[in-house]
Amino acid sequence: MVVQSITGVKPGTDGASRLAARGVTVGYGTRTVIDGLDVAVPPGVVTTIIGPNGCGKSTLLRTLARLLKPTGGKVVLDGDDIARLRTRDVAKKLGLLPQAPVAPEGLTVSDLVARGRHPHQSWLRQWSSDDADVVARALAMTGVSDLADRPVDSLSGGQRQRVWISMTLAQGTDLLLLDEPTTYLDLAHAIDVLDLVDDLHESGCTVVMVLHDLNLATRYSDNLVVMREGSILAQGHPRDVITAELLHEAFGLRAKVIEDPVGDRPLIVPIGRTHVELDRLAPEL
Amino acid sequence: MNGADVRTDQTATRPSLTPGVRLGGVSFVWRPWLAGVTLLLAAGAFLLFCLSIGVGDYPIALPRVVATVFGRGEQVDEFVIMDLRMPRALAGLVVGVALGVSGAITQSVARNPLASPDVLGITSGASAVAVFLVTVSGGTAAAITDSVGLSAAALAGGLGTGLLVYFLAWRRGIDGFRLVLIGISVTAMMQAITTWLLVTADIRDVARAQAWLVGSLDDRSWDEVSLALWCTLALLAVVSCVAFQFKPLHFGDEIAAGLGVRYAAVRAVLLLCAVLLAGAAVSAAGPVPFVALVAPQVAMRLGRHPTPPMAASALVGALLLIGSDLIARAVLPVSLPVGVVTAAIGGPFLVYLLVRANRA
Repeated sequence: MVVQSITGVKPGTDGASRLAARGVTVGYGTRTVIDGLDVAVPPGVVTTIIGPNGCGKSTLLRTLARLLKPTGGKVVLDGDDIARLRTRDVAKKLGLLPQAPVAPEGLTVSDLVARGRHPHQSWLRQWSSDDADVVARALAMTGVSDLADRPVDSLSGGQRQRVWISMTLAQGTDLLLLDEPTTYLDLAHAIDVLDLVDDLHESGCTVVMVLHDLNLATRYSDNLVVMREGSILAQGHPRDVITAELLHEAFGLRAKVIEDPVGDRPLIVPIGRTHVELDRLAPEL
Repeated sequence: MNGADVRTDQTATRPSLTPGVRLGGVSFVWRPWLAGVTLLLAAGAFLLFCLSIGVGDYPIALPRVVATVFGRGEQVDEFVIMDLRMPRALAGLVVGVALGVSGAITQSVARNPLASPDVLGITSGASAVAVFLVTVSGGTAAAITDSVGLSAAALAGGLGTGLLVYFLAWRRGIDGFRLVLIGISVTAMMQAITTWLLVTADIRDVARAQAWLVGSLDDRSWDEVSLALWCTLALLAVVSCVAFQFKPLHFGDEIAAGLGVRYAAVRAVLLLCAVLLAGAAVSAAGPVPFVALVAPQVAMRLGRHPTPPMAASALVGALLLIGSDLIARAVLPVSLPVGVVTAAIGGPFLVYLLVRANRA
């Protein structure tokens, strides 16, 4: 059984990309981080952007979410140049979760998730019964209904992240952009959050996220975008993309790529300078 | 799948959400506790307002004050109340409301309870200008005082300093911590100028300047009060229109942008309103300290609300100011300016609320 999508429709059946960067150049001040980049987000799948620190992963995600304005090229959302859309209309189509968001102390889970309805509300219409329904569904989809009355700051890191994802879902979007949703989480909580992301994907959401952990990125995405120094090095299904050569080229990392004993994706075993028994590796190198 | 079943169960039991009030196309979130507290604060502010009018050399009983305020009083009372005492009481109300709302805005924008108009240089800038005009005699200073008046010049000084702090703190957006740090630095500079002016000035001018430096409601005229009153009402109208768009900003700029808010514009409008409100308060009563800092914090704790609630902050500000003025006039053996009492009452009350929260 599949959880209903928050909008109640299955999107992306036409196969066309809903969000794409076309020749995007973007940076901070005079420093250009990304120069003339093209990328299309395939609908209905989980796309993860990976790459070494400072390669422009978050910059790309923030540009796709309209937080940064490109100096060249454009971002296209459902056929429209995102820069020409009203901020409010973008917010109805695209949910964004920035890195490590902070809620005011004492704010309850239900009030935080309710804030996700903001793009649909107005001065006179601040809490309609539609809003209440969608918020209840968003809470249920992320499994935090039981926590609705609790203050956000009393929750564990993993629960908190679920609540924030729930808020972006309450926006009524099926296009989610998550900037390092597992930062500051221990492995168990990280897995918990990524399982949730997978549930959302099952329910029809298109997800774009930035992850640091390569093995988690490989396990949980259908489409990897590998970046280095502001441009895309490789893109595709993890099975096709993740190779020892690519890891060396992108990260300067020596690694062995093996079969995941519990999954159908590759597993990356990093090789450092120490604690490695190279003779066990020798036959294959 | 097992996981899917669990989720279906959760959909069945509806989570407890904040209830709403819905009438046709109009709907609001219903927070009974905050609404009750706000109502009680309003009643309290009105009671103190009437008490403040009744107390004086010619005491008037509360029912007669209320009757006169609603236009059904006797002629004798009407003269004393409407012509002599109303300006002072109204000044207390307006200044308290303006400072309360101003503080609620600055603390919310900076996401920092320290960010009050006192810290952001508005009051210290106004004080520096006022003291300059009082102590430097002759020439341009006298010309300015004669043409626009001390209050208006001080107001301009406050606004100028507030905007200076805002532009100095602006670096690809406003960071609350940076705003507070720059505000503190500019405030220190303004206070140094004020001190220097006081030390070098003629002793008689110093006495006049000191009287201005401690906020006071003494001898207010209708002219002074009505200017502050209309300014405050107009600004409150703007604030209530923008306040809804401001709600997501409590979560930071990026979340607000993600929720479809043009945060830079919303924040600029609200900060400008906060600076103007503080300026209106300063022009009517001088730099009354501490109200803008303490009122939103007290309102948050009384109203059990995670962010400074606007209406409750305004009412706590009014209660604090009128109450302090009442105590200064009627309870204490010597008549003190209101600014001395606001800090003496507001400070301990906030400390009490914080300590109680720690123990809970």
